[in-house]
Amino acid sequence: MQIVLFTIFGLLAVAAALNMLLQRHPINSALSLVVVMMSLAVLYWSLGAEFLAAAQVIVYAGAIMVLFIFVVMLLNAGEETRTRGSRIAAIAGFPGGAAIFCLLTFVFLKYRTQLGTTQISGMLAGTDSNLTRIAHSLFTTLLLPFEVTSILILIAILGAVVLARKEL
Amino acid sequence: MVPTAYYLVLGAVLFCIGIASFLIRRNIITIFMSIELMLNAVNLTFVAFAHMWGQVSGQIFVFFVMVVAAAEAAVGLAIIIALFRVRQTLNVDQVNLLKN
Repeated sequence: MQIVLFTIFGLLAVAAALNMLLQRHPINSALSLVVVMMSLAVLYWSLGAEFLAAAQVIVYAGAIMVLFIFVVMLLNAGEETRTRGSRIAAIAGFPGGAAIFCLLTFVFLKYRTQLGTTQISGMLAGTDSNLTRIAHSLFTTLLLPFEVTSILILIAILGAVVLARKEL
Repeated sequence: MVPTAYYLVLGAVLFCIGIASFLIRRNIITIFMSIELMLNAVNLTFVAFAHMWGQVSGQIFVFFVMVVAAAEAAVGLAIIIALFRVRQTLNVDQVNLLKN
């Protein structure tokens, strides 16, 4: 069952990411990115991370992408004009990206047996969710970082309001 | 029964599509979206490793990455709106001067 889930949603994520790369209109790219995020939520679910799957749908696909689409519509962004791009990107960027991809894939596939296999786990396997472990860790040992993120969010809200004011 | 390496390779594929999109696209909003795609690819890697070790630390790290990504998206899009007010364009090729 897990190989089926992985194949379907992995291919869907890669196809949507490529579609995001190839589309010219920002709204099409944004909607493709939503598909990528939903597919990743299913993959998190199959890896036993139910909390992250829900947070992925709510935070990423729900909040962040709505913000993106809102800005695209607010600024009336049309189709982008393709230019040749910068020369440094052609010389260093694409070979660098290809090198990173080849290196990562080589290392991961070389140590494939040591990395082991994943079993379907969590709620899908009928066992308990690890949500209590996450919550326990988050509210005891990691309480200070957790509270600091709330201050970070507050500062981000204030910064967004200040930056988006009419008179800058 | 999927090898953990496949999840990691999928993360690498998505990350490199994000890099290519970052370099090819000229619209600043789409460039920002490709950064989000790269963050998502790294999150998938974190979750795969957390599953491999049977610990929740990786998942908590992904939670913090999501929080920071939300804050970053809010501030970044506000900067894009301020930039559009000044320059009337979203094309990064035309935003090449620090001073107006």
